[in-house]
Amino acid sequence: MHKEKRKHAIPMPKQKVEERIHNFNEVALGYSMEQAVAEAERCIQCPKPQCIQGCPVEVNIPAFIKKIREKKFDEAIRIIKEKNSLPAICGRVCPQEEQCQKFCVLGKKGEPMAIGRLERFVADCELQKEVTVPPRPKLSMSGKVAVVGSGPAGLTAAADLAKLGHEVVVFEALHVPGGVLVYGIPEFRLPKKIVQAEVNYIKKLEVDIITNHMIGRLYTIDELFERGFDAVFIGTGAGLPGFIGIPGENLGGIYSANEFLIRVNLMRAYMFPEYDTPIRVGKKVAVIGGGNVAMDSARCSLRLGAEEVWIVYRRSRKEMPARLEEIENAEEEGIKFRFLAVPVRFLGDEHDWVTGMECVKMQLGEPDESGRRRPVPIEGSEFIMEVDTVVVAIGQTPNPIIQRTTKGLKTTRWGTIIVNEKTGKTSKKGVYAGGDVVSGAATVISAMGAGKRAARSIHRYLLRKKRMQQRKEYCQ
Amino acid sequence: MYKVLKKAELAPEIKLLEVNAPEVAKKAKPGQFVIIRIDEKGERFPLTLAEWEPKKGTITLIFLEVGVSTRKLGALGTGDEILDVVGPLGNPSDIKHYGSVAVVCGGVGTAAAYPIAKALKEAGNQVVSIIGARTEELLILEDEMKGLSDELYISTDDGSKGYKGFVSDVLRMLIEKGYRFDIVYAIGPPLMMRATANVTKPHSIKTIVSLNPIMVDGMGMCGACRVTVSGETRFACLDGPEFDGHLVDFDELIKRLRVYLSEEKQAAELYEKSRGIKRA
Ligand SMILES: Cc1cc2nc3c(=O)[nH]c(=O)nc-3n(C[C@H](O)[C@H](O)[C@H](O)COP(=O)(O)OP(=O)(O)OC[C@H]3O[C@@H](n4cnc5c(N)ncnc54)[C@H](O)[C@@H]3O)c2cc1C
Ligand SMILES: Cc1cc2nc3c(=O)[nH]c(=O)nc-3n(C[C@H](O)[C@H](O)[C@H](O)COP(=O)(O)OP(=O)(O)OC[C@H]3O[C@@H](n4cnc5c(N)ncnc54)[C@H](O)[C@@H]3O)c2cc1C
Ligand code: SF4
Ligand code: SF4
Ligand code: FES
Repeated sequence: MHKEKRKHAIPMPKQKVEERIHNFNEVALGYSMEQAVAEAERCIQCPKPQCIQGCPVEVNIPAFIKKIREKKFDEAIRIIKEKNSLPAICGRVCPQEEQCQKFCVLGKKGEPMAIGRLERFVADCELQKEVTVPPRPKLSMSGKVAVVGSGPAGLTAAADLAKLGHEVVVFEALHVPGGVLVYGIPEFRLPKKIVQAEVNYIKKLEVDIITNHMIGRLYTIDELFERGFDAVFIGTGAGLPGFIGIPGENLGGIYSANEFLIRVNLMRAYMFPEYDTPIRVGKKVAVIGGGNVAMDSARCSLRLGAEEVWIVYRRSRKEMPARLEEIENAEEEGIKFRFLAVPVRFLGDEHDWVTGMECVKMQLGEPDESGRRRPVPIEGSEFIMEVDTVVVAIGQTPNPIIQRTTKGLKTTRWGTIIVNEKTGKTSKKGVYAGGDVVSGAATVISAMGAGKRAARSIHRYLLRKKRMQQRKEYCQ
Repeated sequence: MYKVLKKAELAPEIKLLEVNAPEVAKKAKPGQFVIIRIDEKGERFPLTLAEWEPKKGTITLIFLEVGVSTRKLGALGTGDEILDVVGPLGNPSDIKHYGSVAVVCGGVGTAAAYPIAKALKEAGNQVVSIIGARTEELLILEDEMKGLSDELYISTDDGSKGYKGFVSDVLRMLIEKGYRFDIVYAIGPPLMMRATANVTKPHSIKTIVSLNPIMVDGMGMCGACRVTVSGETRFACLDGPEFDGHLVDFDELIKRLRVYLSEEKQAAELYEKSRGIKRA
């Protein structure tokens, strides 16, 4: 037993199902030190590690795992932070089975290394301690950068630019920083205090985070330049909720997932009436969609007292884009799934409150552009589901205000901002963008990657700009 | 933090607060609103900018106490602080020279209409204002509206002042008398805006209404504020709050405003209990 490596990853300790469906506390409890070290023992330290190429920011996975094995947790976190400034968050929410873990060689004969869980473990160890902040380098040519939006893209860009010695101001429209990490992803999956700790770290880097400032309404991008900023990074995310566009969608009891999650997570409607924001969840809830957003909405509904919660998804389980771990958690918690069905019409009572949903069954046809098999309706297969609450989680598109108010900023017809992939540079001078506002709804780690790339090119841009200014002054 | 600098009671349950918010004051335009969160446990809710003074750095909010949030706000005094004020939000009114304009206001809607009427006057329009309320003591901003209007009409539901009836009845009367309006602004409760739009429709007078659906973020992220205009779903905070009154589905708006009725009642009772208020 000692010689032969375990085929299975050490399971994640979790809150018991019976208990967790009644509270909003974190479901996954995290490894103990012993469990982390034991899991780290499984890594065979491949000379050509495949796992790294699965990570969008190329964390040196075997190196940090080796340090865990040696119980040098401080060194482990240092290795991770070279590439990833928000490891406590990524360890919790990265779709690891699609990324790093997908490529781990151990996955061929058993379970891949639990890379995310280990990353979370060392990040949590560090959070227990006072974090030391590198002093800001004194640059002879530093610039002033405005970062719009405080989601993972904006926070990462801000942190990297501050570390390079620039003056950074983050403008956030909501009353707290964090983007989807605070308004979307629920407490039981990503506790707010973890996000708060990461935000505090960034504040310690002397980044000024200003909330309640909606750029595009309060100041336009051009006005930011007039106010003395040398460059702007736009990381405003994809927060505009989509609706299906079928009859009855504006009935009472039908929420966009964003409204539902904002009420619950950002405004803490789960503590109503102690908190003032209400939410109404009935007995039987249907959530339309199959991504993380749908999973989160369904599991929140359950915790808010719904008796029966259905996920209604137009393809099959295999195609669901949600993180595998969360699909499993949802299944454990008793969420029911209705695959291969889409609603075509909502029905309401005399008070215009939703009472039901007419759906049509689907079958999978030829693969579409995304490579997934396209669902096609089966004629005459309509059926009615009785429901009293519906959450529409079919996707979001970029927040449009900045695009509407900025001259010279090129966008696609879906409203995403067009940038140079490598640099994050937009069509407008000095303006960079990244994250969901460029890619459309994607992942935390990809938004961070975009923030990093943009920070690097903004740095180069600022140095060039300052050098030119100096030359001009010199010549005069 | 946004400090309350001045407080006044304009009518029973209608309060005015002057709040220190220099950046908002510099950028505000007629027709725009702010979203407020009073304290850590508060909800986000919208209020129209009734006035602003860029030099002083202040904004003025005028509101009717209807539920917990507006009552909590009404309980603040000079020197107290509001945790969050975000704005200006929403699209500004389209202020230009139209010719002759009727500004029709119901109840606390007069506060929202006031800066628009003022700007329309400054843009060279002939402004006829009609302000109304349930009863005389609930009328607000009468002097201010009189000061800027070429003509001012008043109506009360009970006839205690001015014409007995609704503001929309006064508008109908004026039109029948031969008044010609190039555009009508109607701001107030949904029923009043619907009635006004119904008066102008047969005469094809363009009618702008300012919608007040339930809002959460006020920046286009939740869809709580969705309204049906011309058969299409629009977000009032993003695409509005002003829309063509002849194209708005008012029935839906009214129903959607009632979605949280039972929770609002529950919260109100709790609030009254916590403050030792006895129900009448
Ligand atoms: C419910 C939910 C669950 C998810 N689960 C996962 C998961 O498990 N794993 C994963 O990897 N990804 C997940 N995602 C996706 C991930 O959260 C996003 O891809 C990521 O947050 C995008 O980051 P961003 O910085 O581009 O934008 P956001 O996180 O959306 O942040 C944008 C910020 O900009 C602000 N803003 C917008 N407009 C303005 C303006 N005009 N002025 C000022 N500020 C503005 C917004 O208020 C917001 O705070 C989930 C998303 C949702 C909604
Ligand atoms: C763009 C916009 C601008 C507004 N400007 C003003 C203003 O300048 N002054 C002002 O007094 N009010 C204004 N309102 C309405 C104001 O936002 C609501 O009165 C407030 O949110 C009610 O909160 P509450 O907790 O006090 O009452 P709640 O407990 O939420 O509600 C109590 C009662 O008020 C009704 N109600 C709830 N929300 C609204 C709403 N949005 N509009 C109308 N009735 C509602 C409910 O149906 C219920 O009967 C505006 C609304 C919008 C959307
Ligand atoms: S950041 Fe995400 S993808 Fe990269 S190693 Fe960590 S968990 Fe894996
Ligand atoms: S591929 Fe798997 S086993 Fe190999 S180094 Fe990476 S984590 Fe370790
Ligand atoms: S208030 Fe949330 S989208 Fe308008």
